[in-house]
Amino acid sequence: MIKFVNVSKEYKNGVKALSNINLTISKGEFIFLVGPSGAGKSTLIKLILKEENPTEGKIYLNGMDITKVKNRKIPYIRRNVGVVFQDFRLLPNKTVYENVAFAMEIIGAHPKDIRRNVPMVLSMVDLSQKAHCYPHELSGGEHQRVAISRAIVNSPPILIADEPTGNLDPDTAWEIMKVLRDINRRGTTILMATHAKDIVDVMKQRVVAIEGGRIIRDEEKGVYEHELSHP
Amino acid sequence: MNMNFRILKNIIKQGFQGVWRNRGMGLASISSITAVLIILGIVLIMVLSINNVVIDTKSRFDEVQIFLEDEITDEQLARIENEAKNTQGVLSVVFQSKEQALETMKKQWEEDAYLLEGLETNPLPNSLIVQLKDIEYADLVVDKVSGFQGIEEIKYNKDIIDKLILFSNYIRAGGLVIVAILILVSIFIISNTIKITVTARRREIDIMKYVGATNGYIRGPFIIEGLVFGLIGAIISILIVYYGYGYFFNRVNDRLYVLFTVYLVSPKVLMKDIAIIFTSIGLGIGTIGSLVSLKRFLNA
Repeated sequence: MIKFVNVSKEYKNGVKALSNINLTISKGEFIFLVGPSGAGKSTLIKLILKEENPTEGKIYLNGMDITKVKNRKIPYIRRNVGVVFQDFRLLPNKTVYENVAFAMEIIGAHPKDIRRNVPMVLSMVDLSQKAHCYPHELSGGEHQRVAISRAIVNSPPILIADEPTGNLDPDTAWEIMKVLRDINRRGTTILMATHAKDIVDVMKQRVVAIEGGRIIRDEEKGVYEHELSHP
Repeated sequence: MNMNFRILKNIIKQGFQGVWRNRGMGLASISSITAVLIILGIVLIMVLSINNVVIDTKSRFDEVQIFLEDEITDEQLARIENEAKNTQGVLSVVFQSKEQALETMKKQWEEDAYLLEGLETNPLPNSLIVQLKDIEYADLVVDKVSGFQGIEEIKYNKDIIDKLILFSNYIRAGGLVIVAILILVSIFIISNTIKITVTARRREIDIMKYVGATNGYIRGPFIIEGLVFGLIGAIISILIVYYGYGYFFNRVNDRLYVLFTVYLVSPKVLMKDIAIIFTSIGLGIGTIGSLVSLKRFLNA
């Protein structure tokens, strides 16, 4: 599904964000990407979204080498990857329904499909009652659920969540994790960057830990950190 | 309905929604386009009017008068006439006798013609009147004819015309420079106004990029916004210039003719050109403005 082969990224200002990353993510996996701030998590996500290009190595998405894709084609790659951010990024002047429908409109979806899919994903995240509310009328958790709906409404095979619970209280964070787990159970591959130790430890999913631009640990049913790393 | 058509429909819809949502900023854009086009209109009308005056004056002065000595022989006269006729740019050469010249003068003087009655002898000379295609050819005629015997004086208004042409060239060049500067200034203003709306909608653009919108899809609504602002600005300025100039024309034209025997360009004649020029410049400024303001965001 996603494959990094010897990927390194050095920014123009000389900062070496990632070095020699090898990582294979299979279809249907739920992966936590953990590590301290500045470890390279964001860079790794930016590489998948083609916001940045690697200095070395190759990245495959659905078997296609996306390092060679022309700028003009980037939008079509992004349609395979739904994204959720810590700060939700909803359009304040659109209702919940419109925010989600927006993602379908821009790819030219049929109005009939829009009318069918948007209520479907909204009910999946339990927001059917709030379809006609504006973002400022919603709580933080509801914000994030709208953002998730928008990310999955076009049924991308991959969902990337960059610290999706970072701005939420623990109870709401768990609410979001349940939604993400449901989505994962329906077959969507999920890559989630996070600092939430308790969530990672309880979920018992694959954990990839990055530090100083290198993968220092990659284990099934992992935890946020080993006791050993505490001296 | 196929997919591309739906996308186009979305873009247009969003463009118009954007116009409405950003109507505050839009007002600023429209005002600056309108202001620029009105100034452009004034410059254009000035240039065209002065041009008109020049053409009019040129056509009134496009002749050379060759005054002949009384003692001229028929042979000499025929030679001069022939030479003049065979010069480039000459339409006709007509002999005017001193009697005819006096008649013409009497007519021109109208009520004061009685003053001429008291003359004992006709002081006017015989002359050849050379009609030219354009005053530019006057020098050719003068060069060719001036060596011949029997010519008393050659009269033409070359120097006046030269000054007039020079003046009109300056006005035209000046007008062009002003218009060019104004267009650049207005593109700058529009691109900055739209840049403010783009910055305000940075979020929206980012989201569009993340959900996989193509650059064309992102650009489209802003271009439509620019086009709408440009078009509205053009329409407003066309109306203002048309009615404003029409009013000015009606009040001033007759008086101007009495004073300077000059007519202004009629608003009706002008309006079709002004409408085309304003609309294309308005739309052009709107489009270029929005493209310029988006460039930075899309290449990021």
